[in-house]
Amino acid sequence: MTSELATTSLDLGLSSRPLSRTTIPAIAILSLVLAQIVTRVFSGGGSVVATLVIAGPTNLAITYVVSRRREGSRRAIDRMVTAVVYSLMTLALAPLVSVVWTTVDRGLARFDGELFTSTMRSVVGDGGGVKHAIIGTVIITGLAAAMAVPIGLFTGIYLVEYGKKSRLARLVVSMVDVMTGIPSIVAGLFAYALFSQFQGPGARSGFAGSVALAVLMTPIVVRSTQEMLRLVPNELREASYALGVSKWRTIVKVVLPTAVSGLLTGVSLAIARVIGETAPLLIAAGLAQDTNTNPFSGRMTSLPVMSYYGYAAPGFPPEAGYDRGWSAALLLIIIVLVIFSVSRILGRVLRPKGLR
Amino acid sequence: MTSLVSSKPKGQFGDRIFRRVSTGVSLLVLVVLAAVAIFLISRALPALTADQAEIGVGGDDGEGEGFLSYVLPLLFGTVWASVLALLIAVPIAVGIALFITQYAHRKISSLLGYAVDLLAAIPSVVYGLWGIFVLAPFLSKNLFPWLSDNLGFLPFFSGTTSTSGRTMMTAAVVLSVMILPVVSAISREVFAQTPGLHKEAALALGATRWEMIKMAVLPYGRSGVIAASMLGLGRALGETMAVALILSPADVISFKLLTNQNPNTIASNIALQFPESSGLEVNTLIATGLVLFAATFVVNALARRIAGGEVND
Amino acid sequence: MKFKSLAAVAAASMLIAACGGDDGGSSSNETSAPAETNAPAETSAPAETSAPAVELSGTLIGAGASSQKAAMQSWQAGFQNANSKVTVEYDPIGSGGGREQFLSGGTSFAGSDAYLKDEEWEASKDRCPGDLGAINLPHYISPIAVAYNLPGVDSLKLTTKALAGIFAGTITNWTDPEIAGANAGVDLPDQAINPVHRSDESGTSKNFTDYLGKVEPEIWTYGAIEVWPDVGGEGAQGTSGVVAAINAGEGSIGYADASQIGDLGAAEIQVGDNFTPYSPEAAAKSVDASNRIEGRSDYDFGFNIDRTTTQAGVYPITLVSYHIVCLQYETQEEVDLVKAFMNYIGSEEGQAAAAAGAGSAPISAELRAQLEEAVAQISVAG
Repeated sequence: MTSELATTSLDLGLSSRPLSRTTIPAIAILSLVLAQIVTRVFSGGGSVVATLVIAGPTNLAITYVVSRRREGSRRAIDRMVTAVVYSLMTLALAPLVSVVWTTVDRGLARFDGELFTSTMRSVVGDGGGVKHAIIGTVIITGLAAAMAVPIGLFTGIYLVEYGKKSRLARLVVSMVDVMTGIPSIVAGLFAYALFSQFQGPGARSGFAGSVALAVLMTPIVVRSTQEMLRLVPNELREASYALGVSKWRTIVKVVLPTAVSGLLTGVSLAIARVIGETAPLLIAAGLAQDTNTNPFSGRMTSLPVMSYYGYAAPGFPPEAGYDRGWSAALLLIIIVLVIFSVSRILGRVLRPKGLR
Repeated sequence: MTSLVSSKPKGQFGDRIFRRVSTGVSLLVLVVLAAVAIFLISRALPALTADQAEIGVGGDDGEGEGFLSYVLPLLFGTVWASVLALLIAVPIAVGIALFITQYAHRKISSLLGYAVDLLAAIPSVVYGLWGIFVLAPFLSKNLFPWLSDNLGFLPFFSGTTSTSGRTMMTAAVVLSVMILPVVSAISREVFAQTPGLHKEAALALGATRWEMIKMAVLPYGRSGVIAASMLGLGRALGETMAVALILSPADVISFKLLTNQNPNTIASNIALQFPESSGLEVNTLIATGLVLFAATFVVNALARRIAGGEVND
Repeated sequence: MKFKSLAAVAAASMLIAACGGDDGGSSSNETSAPAETNAPAETSAPAETSAPAVELSGTLIGAGASSQKAAMQSWQAGFQNANSKVTVEYDPIGSGGGREQFLSGGTSFAGSDAYLKDEEWEASKDRCPGDLGAINLPHYISPIAVAYNLPGVDSLKLTTKALAGIFAGTITNWTDPEIAGANAGVDLPDQAINPVHRSDESGTSKNFTDYLGKVEPEIWTYGAIEVWPDVGGEGAQGTSGVVAAINAGEGSIGYADASQIGDLGAAEIQVGDNFTPYSPEAAAKSVDASNRIEGRSDYDFGFNIDRTTTQAGVYPITLVSYHIVCLQYETQEEVDLVKAFMNYIGSEEGQAAAAAGAGSAPISAELRAQLEEAVAQISVAG
């Protein structure tokens, strides 16, 4: 009790002297220098990671102490949390930037006209392209989304709007949880087994790949739909009912539009999640050298599979295969960028005016 | 909106249809899952019922070790790698989500959100390749020697440090990078939906930003973060290609993070062994897939219990 | 059940009918080649001659070993360029999967790093029309190099004892007398050895461990295995992974397809009293110096590679990858496609294409003649 009182009085007394804008960066730099000195003295120095590992907590401690003396403990904790959040952001960006940079850097080596206009039919060594894989990826992922998105949306709607806490809803929820845990390779095995029942052994097709991806996508769409619909304030629903609007029209005209940007994010995340799947497509869709536009018959190459084989079986000399693999990966990222952009724009257009 | 009022009688009919369709589709999800389960079980059974001395993959014929001792190190590796990845990823993901929703300027925040989302799309093969060519050499040069010199007394960092850096630590870091976008994207979406009134009320009472977050944002977003983490865990548990590419596996149960003798994960093991397997080996591998399936179920159930049953309300 | 292959064949036959081949316009399978229903011992040369005259078309589907994917890419290219209406598909799903799919009728041929097992040979009699079963054609011979990363060490000689000891984990330092003894004058670093092996199930591992187990059974006690036993060392996925791992760590050594090791040094291996570096010719010789397996078709060329040979100039650590085909097929179209493709692969041109595209070792002239004779036996079932 007394300490709290003391802090409060301290607060009152000192909060008129907030830290200047330059203090926080100065502390950060000081901590880095200190950490560098410590690593040099104790372990011969040089280690970037070790420096950062020491600098982080040091920075927090100094910030806290300085801020506490000047601004009181509440402010100090706030300063500290801010520092933590900023460092976490930086920490997260480092590997992500590195991944993207690596992909762009290596992928650009073969980003030429031939890449987009030719297939791998009769290609040895240099040259060749990924046209067939682009077409394959679009078909396979498109079909998967065509199956998973409606199923996921309706299931989400059921869970939030109809099922609520009924037995069935609880069962569905836990089963969706289980589905999120299906390893991608197992989904591939499942699709392969399913189709070999009908088409005989060795069955591989784009559609089988789509089924595998749809199995992986559905729980993601359900989950995000559920989350997003739950966030729609009940007041909106009640207002709609009060106006005499039926439940389904409330859902279609009020609930879904309110949540539309979240739903689209969920769907595009789900697509992004499966478009780069390699393992199930290796098993279910296989590898072809040429373009195949029929998803129901014949093997169909996709970009991630192409990327994988570019690394795993690069041919001789290996560089040409590696380059094609990285290019395929880069292309995949660009395709997803396009999907995201479209979903963002759609989300903005479709959102009710009051929420923009 | 006013036009909606007139359609009441039609609405009741529509209601019934809409309700049935959404219920039916939910049942379809159950059917699909049942189909996957039935397939797994039927393909796994031969490995469970066969003479246990024959179970094992890739060894000489008839030199098996039994299914249980085959799958145990793999199960351990799967859970161990995923837990490590989650431990690294969740705090960072929550930090990102908070930064984007509560700290950054609007413009920067939407740009960052965009960038992070995009990363979910990078194929796992690329993460794998990045792990081998960029991260593993970097960590083995900059972090591992330091850890083993200074913290080598901890069991995690003991043992002979791998020279190529293809260790459990590297795999866990890569896994965490992979699940970061998934976890942070959903957390962000939930944080962003915190009712403005709650936040304003907190600030009006004189709360600092952190206190506002603690009082308004985090409680509101808690179930969303847990759900997001579970999605992340699902991805980490089942992640195949990246782990297969990065990890130097061995048939061991070990907590050591820096050696080249690491327990493999189930999914990675399937990817590595399946292509050249035949006969009972295939059944064995599918049975391990079933174990993974079950493990995920248990982990999810635990997570829900920890969350106090709030996740799916 | 054979819906897919039937569909492919049907498509092929329609194409052929449309092309208007000059074999009397007959599109019926049974009537086109009555001579070929005879026993394979009898030469069916007269019926053969009509085959090249028809312009080949259709799709030939194979699946199997990923080891020969690069070579297959060359073969596909060469064959498709010569026969523009033909598409050859090869799915590198792995040897086991390839044999399984072939035996269940999903593909027309399999690529496999191992010849058909005994029970698979029996099963092939059911799978293939007629009762002649399937044969193994060793079309892809690839030396497995023992690559190492020791800066400053340009050449390294390894005795069989040293090699087996390194991979069995009993020799752990580069200055071990067993290594130093054979490398007088080479400045070996006092460094731990990091042996790198394949973490995936692979034919390369199987051939390499088969070699170790045959030459040093006392040291390498694990036999020929596809999955690495519990003896330590670093695991890496695929040939690319092994090469990357060796490159990443000084003091590493590993085994990999010789065409993929890039700038890494490759050890010379003890054969008898000499040390032999890998080379395509030396690898091809190892097949010629080996014995064919017994109890199969007369036209089967499954080999048990003689790892313990002491013959000079032979490099015994080789991987032989087979094409597994039926001796008889249902339709003339399938027969024509399989025969033409297998003949192309075995030809000097095909082997040269694989050598250029995958760094494999061309088969010897002697083996080529034998394989051509075997391929000539493929016919329509009666």
